[in-house]
Amino acid sequence: MSVILSEAEAKALLQKVLSYSKADECEVNLLGEERGNIRYARNEVSTSGSLINQNLAVQSAFGKKVGVATIDEFDDAAIERVVRRSEELARLAPENPEYVGLLGPQQYLKSTGFFDSTAKINPATRADAVAKSLELTRNTRAGQALSAAGFMEDQRGYNAMMNSKGLFAYYPSTNVNFSLTVRTEDGTGSGYITRGYSDFSKLDTAAATRIAIQKCLGSVGAKALEPGKYTVILEPTAAAVLLENMFFNMAARNADEGRSFLSKPGGKTKLGEKIVDERVTIYSDPTHPDLPASPWSGDGQPQEKVNWIEKGVVKNMAYSRYWAQKQGVKAVPFPNNAIMAGGTASLEDMIKSTQRGILVTKLWYIRSVDPQTLLLTGLTRDGTFYIENGKIKHPVKNFRFNESPIIMLNNLEALGKPERVVSTESDNNYLIPPMKIREFTFTSLSDAV
Amino acid sequence: MSAGALMLPNIPSLGRAVDPAALLEPGLDVAVKKRLADAALNAAKAKGASYTDVRIGRYLQQFVITRENKVQNIVNTESYGVGVRVIADGCWGFAAVVDAKNEAQTAKAAEEAVAIARANAKLMKEPVKLAPQKGFGEVSWKAPIQKNAFEVPIQEKVDLLLGVNDAAMKNGANFVNSVLFMVNEQKYFASSDGSYIDQDIHRIWPTFTVTAIDSKSGKFETRQSLSAPMGMSYEYLQTNPADKVTGITTRYNKGYDMVEDVTAATRQVKEKLTAKSVEAGKYDLVLDPSHLWLTIHESVGHPLELDRVLGYEANFAGTSFATLDKWKTKSFPYGSKQVNLFADKTQPGSLGAVGWDDEGVKTKRWDLVKDGTLVNYQAIRDQVHIINENESQGCCYADSWSRVQFQRMANVSLAPGKQPLSVNDLIKDVKKGIYIIGDGSFSIDQQRYNFQFGGQLFYEIKDGQIAGMLRDVAYQSNTQEFWNSCTQICDEKDYRLGGSFFDGKGQPQQVSAVSHGSSTSRFNGVNVINTARKI
Repeated sequence: MSVILSEAEAKALLQKVLSYSKADECEVNLLGEERGNIRYARNEVSTSGSLINQNLAVQSAFGKKVGVATIDEFDDAAIERVVRRSEELARLAPENPEYVGLLGPQQYLKSTGFFDSTAKINPATRADAVAKSLELTRNTRAGQALSAAGFMEDQRGYNAMMNSKGLFAYYPSTNVNFSLTVRTEDGTGSGYITRGYSDFSKLDTAAATRIAIQKCLGSVGAKALEPGKYTVILEPTAAAVLLENMFFNMAARNADEGRSFLSKPGGKTKLGEKIVDERVTIYSDPTHPDLPASPWSGDGQPQEKVNWIEKGVVKNMAYSRYWAQKQGVKAVPFPNNAIMAGGTASLEDMIKSTQRGILVTKLWYIRSVDPQTLLLTGLTRDGTFYIENGKIKHPVKNFRFNESPIIMLNNLEALGKPERVVSTESDNNYLIPPMKIREFTFTSLSDAV
Repeated sequence: MSAGALMLPNIPSLGRAVDPAALLEPGLDVAVKKRLADAALNAAKAKGASYTDVRIGRYLQQFVITRENKVQNIVNTESYGVGVRVIADGCWGFAAVVDAKNEAQTAKAAEEAVAIARANAKLMKEPVKLAPQKGFGEVSWKAPIQKNAFEVPIQEKVDLLLGVNDAAMKNGANFVNSVLFMVNEQKYFASSDGSYIDQDIHRIWPTFTVTAIDSKSGKFETRQSLSAPMGMSYEYLQTNPADKVTGITTRYNKGYDMVEDVTAATRQVKEKLTAKSVEAGKYDLVLDPSHLWLTIHESVGHPLELDRVLGYEANFAGTSFATLDKWKTKSFPYGSKQVNLFADKTQPGSLGAVGWDDEGVKTKRWDLVKDGTLVNYQAIRDQVHIINENESQGCCYADSWSRVQFQRMANVSLAPGKQPLSVNDLIKDVKKGIYIIGDGSFSIDQQRYNFQFGGQLFYEIKDGQIAGMLRDVAYQSNTQEFWNSCTQICDEKDYRLGGSFFDGKGQPQQVSAVSHGSSTSRFNGVNVINTARKI
């Protein structure tokens, strides 16, 4: 049997697991997935691999004593063993005062995230996708010898869960991420592209490679600009790695505890307050056709469309079931995707409307400097260009920045059309628009190409 | 890519969750492992492989995770399987099998690896050149631990952490999180060179974060533990006075007093709330080993990995400014004359210490930067010919039996100063400086030129005296400028290890644990920025 079970197969297996349970409450999470990857460097395939993974996690509870055990074999004896083991661990565990019990049956939105085109990827498809990229980078007609290093990883799988209160959930999904760095052989130019899709038929590795080559050749001969405050146009790939630090920090508990950028003096939070420009709206929606996601969270809560920031105002924070109960509010699970609304302008339109500014392809090595202000540091990389009078004038040397996404979204000039992007830090996929920001803080220069 | 510190309740684990008692069960007998390995070696040879290695790995992990008076999670994981790597038709191939218990399974994995090598060989331009390696026969290596952490009852570990949390809360912390990580790698390596190597490796990392909040102003600060992850076991938590370095705050060598450190941390985190905000400008920096390890890791360890220099990591971690042409001059000034940086896979108690690496090479110590000059890189068997060596340096590693081994950073350390010099003597000559203890925020570019580091504790130095605590401090520099600004290094009495459990590299990413030793050192005229902002 394939490790990717159908909904009926998953349901039957989960019912069997629960039939062995003797605990007060039992919840079972199940997953199966197949992953494949191919990596290349110096214009040659360097490694390739695949991984088959299946896992069953059983959580048993006696009162507030909870134990979890997992297993990757699904025969009857193994299943009974894992249920017994979770019960033994629960009996040994200290009481968890934050255990709030199980949810009953839930209704979920419909979201289509599984695509046959991706599920059918095999080693030959992967090699072919990479060959289309290598064909372009091995060709030296550009006048410069180029060297490509890239990576493609695809995944197909499902998650399912069932509990002793009658909750059942199932979600199959696929994903493919592709990234490529093209460098000139002499190391004076470097360009980058990344693409992520649920549907492999949307991935055009040749088109992506052409963009990386263009960025690489365009970045040769970079001039140094003084560090300081500049108007920048962040491509969605660059913006994503800053914004995701906001998304990761939307927990109500930290805000209520006074240790979040959403905290205020006196134990209050910024819920309901305007914290960024009114053109900023950030939401999650598992049914979005361009970024489908599971319509349920890991503990079985339904994922609905949630506005986190609406017209600049904090509309929602994430409440775990425990924290929601304690605060007397509705639980809001951490979302399974994140989308920032934008406008209709293309990146080209945004460049045309810029008097003086810097176009940023990618930001790299993002680290938190101050969690109070969400101040982040990192560097530009693989394609940084000076814009003058609506045109790209010349490449510039890379900068280190120190900036907060909150300050940045207060200095918003314009938003373009959202695109699906892959975070170069977390590999998460988002829908993010390109954005023009004034007074973005560059603090030093880097010699890195 | 980086040495990340992880303080989350949900730990990405490498294996399946098991009963804690299972962690004490012995793995397979060495004779059984040899049979499984021989089956793979013979099968690969029969299919035409010119080289084969087999890694049989059992990886055990335990995490105890608490906050204030609660145990948030206790995780026990085990992962067992076999990975087979071959060269066939001049090309690498790899295949792995989970839970392999019989010879047929390992032989099949070997055959698959040969098939993959032959398929990939069609895309290859140049065959693999593997540095020769003599076989060692049947040998073994065990980390010199004194008290196996897996034998310590869970309750004792829970009591330790809840005691740490209690000390923080009693002393006025608003919040405290504490974690105990323990790892045991039981690794068996066999190769067609004639080696059968059985190794037992232990690691431990006790750590905490204390948070203080000033509810009036809404400000909050944290202070993390000054412990180091170590290649030790539970003996690291049994302190004796000889392992303590006293001064403005106590730091630790081979034994860590977690309750004492959290008590100091709670006092200091409250002091941080009202500390003076730093005035940006040039300062002489005095860097404690609990801080300097991370700067060494990012600005020396990574740029001197030969695979990065060659471009194999260009799409993710990046390349390196320390190019082969600079090395070939034999005069590239990486640092000042005082600076001696060495790679080492043998230092007892370090995270990188093993007897043999993951391709059967006996481990050793070698120089990277000698009297300030770049002299060498870190390289493994299939790349060492590029730097004109015919023997690998023994720094090949895979984080699991299921992953292909590749070049990973050895312990890279700064040699202590040769002249007697204490921390107090070093500080007394500093006119305008900042003394930094503990690691904080860190970021460096993809060729390892420009970096920025924070820390845990910052003290202003005025005319040779410590003048009080500072906040909002980060320093920015360029690797070569920074190491050339090193003017003084304390002697070996101050030499201590820091390190990371989670150095990431490769696609898909693998983690590796690595230590970095140093003594307190002085760097002149480094650019310090003020990181305070308003939102």
